Amino acid sequence: MYTLPNKVKLFSIILMVLGLVGIAYGFFTVPSTIDDVEEILAAENAHGDGHGSASGKEHAAQQEHDANFVDVARGQEGYAENALKHEKDVHMDGHGDAHLEHVLHQMQSKPWSATFVSAFFFFMLALGTLVFYAIQYAAKAGWSPVLYRVMEGITAYVLPGSIIVFFIVVFAGTHFFPWQNEELVANDKILQVKSTYLNFPFFLIRAIIYVLGWNLYRYFSRRNSLRQAEVDNYDPYRKNFKISVYFLIFFILTEMMMAWDWFMSMTPHWYSTLFPWYVFASIFVSAITAIALVVIFLKGRGYLPFVNDSHLHDLGKYIFAFSIFWTYLWFGQFMLIWYANIPEEVTYFIIRIQEYNLLFWGMLVLNFVFPILILMNSDYKRIPWFVVMAGIVVLVGHYIDIFLLVMPSTVGAHWSFGITEIASIFFFFGLFIFVVGTGLSKAPLQPKGDPFIKESENYHY
Amino acid sequence: MSSHYEAPIREPLVLGEKSYHDITADVSAPVLGKANKSWWIVFTIALIAFLWGLGCIIYTVSTGIGVWGLNKTIGWAWDITNFVWWVGIGHAGTLISAVLLLFRQKWRMAVNRSAEAMTIFAVVQAGLFPIIHMGRPWLAYWVLPIPNQFGSLWVNFNSPLLWDVFAISTYLSISLVFWYTGLLPDFAMIRDRTKSPFQKKIYGILSFGWTGRVKDWQRFEEVSLVLAGLATPLVLSVHTIVSFDFATSVVPGWHSTIYPPYFVAGAIFSGFAMVQTLLIIMRKVSNLEDYITVLHIEYMNKVILLTGGIVTVAYITEYFIGWYSGVPYENYTYLSFGAATGPYWWAFWALIICNLIVPLTLWVKKLRRNIMWTFFVAFIINVGMWFERFDIIVIDLSKDRLTSSWAMFQPTFVDIGTFIGTIGFFFVLFLLYARTFPVIAQAEVKTILKSSGENFKRLRAEHGDHVDHNV
Repeated sequence: MYTLPNKVKLFSIILMVLGLVGIAYGFFTVPSTIDDVEEILAAENAHGDGHGSASGKEHAAQQEHDANFVDVARGQEGYAENALKHEKDVHMDGHGDAHLEHVLHQMQSKPWSATFVSAFFFFMLALGTLVFYAIQYAAKAGWSPVLYRVMEGITAYVLPGSIIVFFIVVFAGTHFFPWQNEELVANDKILQVKSTYLNFPFFLIRAIIYVLGWNLYRYFSRRNSLRQAEVDNYDPYRKNFKISVYFLIFFILTEMMMAWDWFMSMTPHWYSTLFPWYVFASIFVSAITAIALVVIFLKGRGYLPFVNDSHLHDLGKYIFAFSIFWTYLWFGQFMLIWYANIPEEVTYFIIRIQEYNLLFWGMLVLNFVFPILILMNSDYKRIPWFVVMAGIVVLVGHYIDIFLLVMPSTVGAHWSFGITEIASIFFFFGLFIFVVGTGLSKAPLQPKGDPFIKESENYHY
Repeated sequence: MSSHYEAPIREPLVLGEKSYHDITADVSAPVLGKANKSWWIVFTIALIAFLWGLGCIIYTVSTGIGVWGLNKTIGWAWDITNFVWWVGIGHAGTLISAVLLLFRQKWRMAVNRSAEAMTIFAVVQAGLFPIIHMGRPWLAYWVLPIPNQFGSLWVNFNSPLLWDVFAISTYLSISLVFWYTGLLPDFAMIRDRTKSPFQKKIYGILSFGWTGRVKDWQRFEEVSLVLAGLATPLVLSVHTIVSFDFATSVVPGWHSTIYPPYFVAGAIFSGFAMVQTLLIIMRKVSNLEDYITVLHIEYMNKVILLTGGIVTVAYITEYFIGWYSGVPYENYTYLSFGAATGPYWWAFWALIICNLIVPLTLWVKKLRRNIMWTFFVAFIINVGMWFERFDIIVIDLSKDRLTSSWAMFQPTFVDIGTFIGTIGFFFVLFLLYARTFPVIAQAEVKTILKSSGENFKRLRAEHGDHVDHNV
């Protein structure tokens, strides 16, 4: 039996408290009026901060330069400007100090976005693990049953994680989802067409279905898995096989809608058919990485004597393979939009390349170049610290990925990485450690009675 | 790599009281024996179809593309439909060989050889279309970046049609090498078993002097693994590039970012359907029912279900985003209300019924394990996947942005004849292969005999996991 060490428990609680304080600070320091915004922008301007200053010819010139890089590449003037204007129209109310009001909204969205990015990031580790777990059952995998308890420990976070994420998306309102602003929809024909799908009651019902479905599967699969250790037939296993298959169907559909609802509708004019699968790739690869890290942690402390380096090797291969898969989907989406260059679609990447340049390309290095170089060699995949190193890079990379899904759509150019962002990582990381640690300590870490457990224990590659 | 232990709950992959020798004898029998009458009949039919298709191709090239049913609006129709269809079919072969190898699926061993053969023959058919659909095919070599006398005039690397050239040619060469490496031990087996000096000579040359030393096997395994690791991204990227032909454009319906993974899923879907079609017949006529068992057919059906499900999700996405985009042009794309009710309604519904509804029956275990039903469903899927490509290409082109250029497409006998010709050519190659190649990778099947053979599983059940099995 594993017990969460007091030191780790204390560490997680400190993280949570620090995080909470930081998040609260973020919410309290949000500007509430246009005047506040003017002050902040003036201060930023004085510091010579590149992004986010409102007045001054210098800034206007800079902005024009930024906007024109697409025009230069395309050999056509005014193209990028129109595309960006089109994008901004969605967020603006269009009267009075439109620009300042727009900035105000973005700044007010900042603490919400910071919290959401971290909340979703840690939640997706658990959710992706749940999917990986279901796949192992559905595929009748012979190598992974020894890891079932570890995966179940991680998926303990599905319940608290999904509830928090649920409340954030439901209460964020127009901070995230401009289509929830009735005034805006009244003046926007495209949003009116979409309102059959993008309306709050339906949005709420869908979110409830996703969260409920995912949690139900987690509850029943865990129950069957524990029961399998006690009985001397395979009935619980067979049940788990069945519900895993149905869960996977449910998941692919709900994940698709979840990606539309929670991420794509942040820029409600923009659409991309690949988007849900791209989000899935990010969820999946980060989750496998999380499994590997938890396994290495527990094995290092002697809790998993039945896990050998072949199991680690396989996890390493999955991280490697799905890093490439993520890159494949990233490239598929990016390249096709870049190539066709349709104004409605390119806005998504224009803002990310202009305002988040380093993060946007840096993410590719972390999520692709690094794992492919580190995890190519099969000997390296058996060395725990190597996998840990690659794993941390991949997780950082995918945090940035989620950051880039959310921030450009909600806070636009006025992003920064400060107290609120770090504090929310602290809080959710602490919560994750606490919940997963407690989840792991509820049952013996060695699964028993699974029909493939012996194959798994004797597994050597 | 792995011990002989296997969970008793797994079903056997080799049926009957097989020994190593039995496997050799069963696999080499069709090669060492003589063709029967029905083989000759089928071969003749395929050959006639091939020759007819060849005639159509010669007629097209010598007369002009105008003999096809293409018009100014619809410049791509059956040619590229057939091209994408054949390339898609070719994918299952590499998927079985490479991806299933990476996932350590033991059941792949009985089907990989034929699936790879199918890949290669299908890619050969596919490779015809990019050439013959050209207006001036004799200048086809201009697509290659070769230094020349036009001031070294080069190709533009921005076109997905050029990427196709690289993708297909790389794909064909890697698949060939992958297939051929796997054949070495099996050719050596035929070489050692045949009594005819002519066959001995031929297979002696083909087997490259394989003697099966430990060092050879070790390297053989490593090469297979490396090639599988290379072939997997290749198989994904090749069909991705084929999908780029459409997705990089600005044609409504074509410009869709989901195309790369969706085309790949569709390729696996259609490819596996073709493998089913071929293997169900082959296991019967070549007496290989103990190796290609109902379990293999069920597993392949499960892959069909999975990839069919992914394709279905992509259909839903296309349909939904077409509406969600709010772009009026999107209502005439191949998956839209406009398509379902427009002049091509029959093509739309053929796609939905063949790819979505009929394969759903495979969820029923009884039907999934029913060989006749599987054969029927596999055939329907092949039809459906042809319609998917036809719909994507023709429906999307038929009603583009300007109503003044809306048009319909009507194939001529040359369009149809060329397609029939490629089917004939495919079967000519496949029938010749079935008579001269070991159609099951006997060397690989022997590696799983003791863990997954029916008799050995029974022995373990009776005497425990640690009995020493000597054959």
